[in-house]
Amino acid sequence: MNTYGSLQKALSEWLPPVAMTIGLIVAWEVLVDVLDVQHWLLPPPSVIAVEIADSFGFLMRHARVTAAETVIGFTISILLAGGLSSGIIWSRTVERTIYPLIITSQTIPIITLAPLLIIWVGTDITSKVIVIVLFTFFPIVISLVAGLRSVDQEMVDMFRTLGASPFQIFRKLMIPSALPNFFAGLKVAAVVSVIGAVIGEWFGSSAGLGWMMKIAGGQFQTARVFAAIVVLSILAMALFAAVVATEKWMLRKYPPIANRVIRLGDS
Amino acid sequence: MSRVLNQQISTNSSNVESEDALLAVSGIGFDYENVPILAEVSISVDRGEFVALVGPSGCGKSTLLNLISGVLEAKEGSINTNGLVGRAERLGNVSYMQQNDLLLPWRTVAGNCRLGLELKGVGKAESNERVERLAELFDIADVLDHMPWQLSGGMRQRVALLRAVLPDNLVLLLDEPFGALDAITRRSLQQWLLNVLDTADKAVVLVTHDVDEAILLADRILVMAPEPGRIIADIKVDFEAKTDTEDISMSLEFNKIRTNILHLLSHQESVR
Repeated sequence: MNTYGSLQKALSEWLPPVAMTIGLIVAWEVLVDVLDVQHWLLPPPSVIAVEIADSFGFLMRHARVTAAETVIGFTISILLAGGLSSGIIWSRTVERTIYPLIITSQTIPIITLAPLLIIWVGTDITSKVIVIVLFTFFPIVISLVAGLRSVDQEMVDMFRTLGASPFQIFRKLMIPSALPNFFAGLKVAAVVSVIGAVIGEWFGSSAGLGWMMKIAGGQFQTARVFAAIVVLSILAMALFAAVVATEKWMLRKYPPIANRVIRLGDS
Repeated sequence: MSRVLNQQISTNSSNVESEDALLAVSGIGFDYENVPILAEVSISVDRGEFVALVGPSGCGKSTLLNLISGVLEAKEGSINTNGLVGRAERLGNVSYMQQNDLLLPWRTVAGNCRLGLELKGVGKAESNERVERLAELFDIADVLDHMPWQLSGGMRQRVALLRAVLPDNLVLLLDEPFGALDAITRRSLQQWLLNVLDTADKAVVLVTHDVDEAILLADRILVMAPEPGRIIADIKVDFEAKTDTEDISMSLEFNKIRTNILHLLSHQESVR
């Protein structure tokens, strides 16, 4: 009875997403076949799967390059965003000085910046890391500043009456208060970071999934382009999952309300 | 049980500073955005004395505690807590329990309790030992490893109180410590506070809008009036043995003081 109940729960939890994914793949396969679409135009999932299997070593070699760029860029982004947010919170002068610059950096279309970066810093990993940082630091800064600002004045006063220094208030009150918000921004950044890596590679590189897609696309190896996209998605999802796992671990002591969401659709 | 009651009312609130005063507030005023909140407030609390501040909401009771603790800076007048005169040096040397429990949700009960010691650089082992010593008395020994969200309102208040008293400062300020609780929990905590809190060497100031609570707990009651906040009466409460809240609250003396204070408060309302 109990096992049946938990089985039913697992089924109701997993059935909709799995069915949706399988349904889409089957529809794609069938439509390509029925409508007689040329495979160089749009390969069916089966052909893409074969391509992944055939060039697995090749794909992995380039995936490693992209993954390394992404992880380095993402890490630098977190450090940069941490520093900027702390400065913004610490002093009004710092806020007024750097906030406009941060906003401006986001109004520049990064795609137009990528070729310039190649000219300035060359085609090695640096240019990709810069593009990734430009893509990802902004959501982290915004969410961190919102989180650090969510602290009640009453809480701050309580810390002061216990003799806390400004630095202690920051470390023991503001940072822990900001963590849930911080992870929300980090999830956005994790997914976007892979796009940054590909754009960086697109404009000048000799390796990576972005470079691979560009070369394969030029040669009408459409299945290979799709294979690269699949690996890229898996990469982004892995980074996202890593962020979620870190979040779960770091917020394990927080009240469940922080993770509870209201769903009007489920009664 | 025989009880002697001495009741004196001095309406001019000329609070003569005694030699033994741990807390001396003289002539302080405070404005907020050019609206006077407190004017010419003077209080003197001796070692071992428990003083209650009662008054309608908005009369500046909490502001007064914020000034004494050092959270706010007074516009005029002076505050002296056992020799500490500057606002900044009072911070960290006056125990202050705010109206809300303000427990950190990401810390265990023990972690919340030892916060004050931790901020002063006391080691974790020693802090925990001191927390455990008091936890039994505060009836939270069984929940030290729980998270705040797992506790009832009454327990949360006791945790907040333990956090406030643990640094063992000589001046203790309590702002509506039981304000958010239901009547039954409130009464049992008042009884508990009477029996448990060792205030023999401390000066305690309790802010409350509950007149019964003030009479039960305090040795002296200061009645405040609003706009601007000032002290209009200084009433001594002297039951011979303050041990049982039920006994006290049934007595004739209790009701005499109660009527008196309520009259003072309602008179203020009609003047406004």
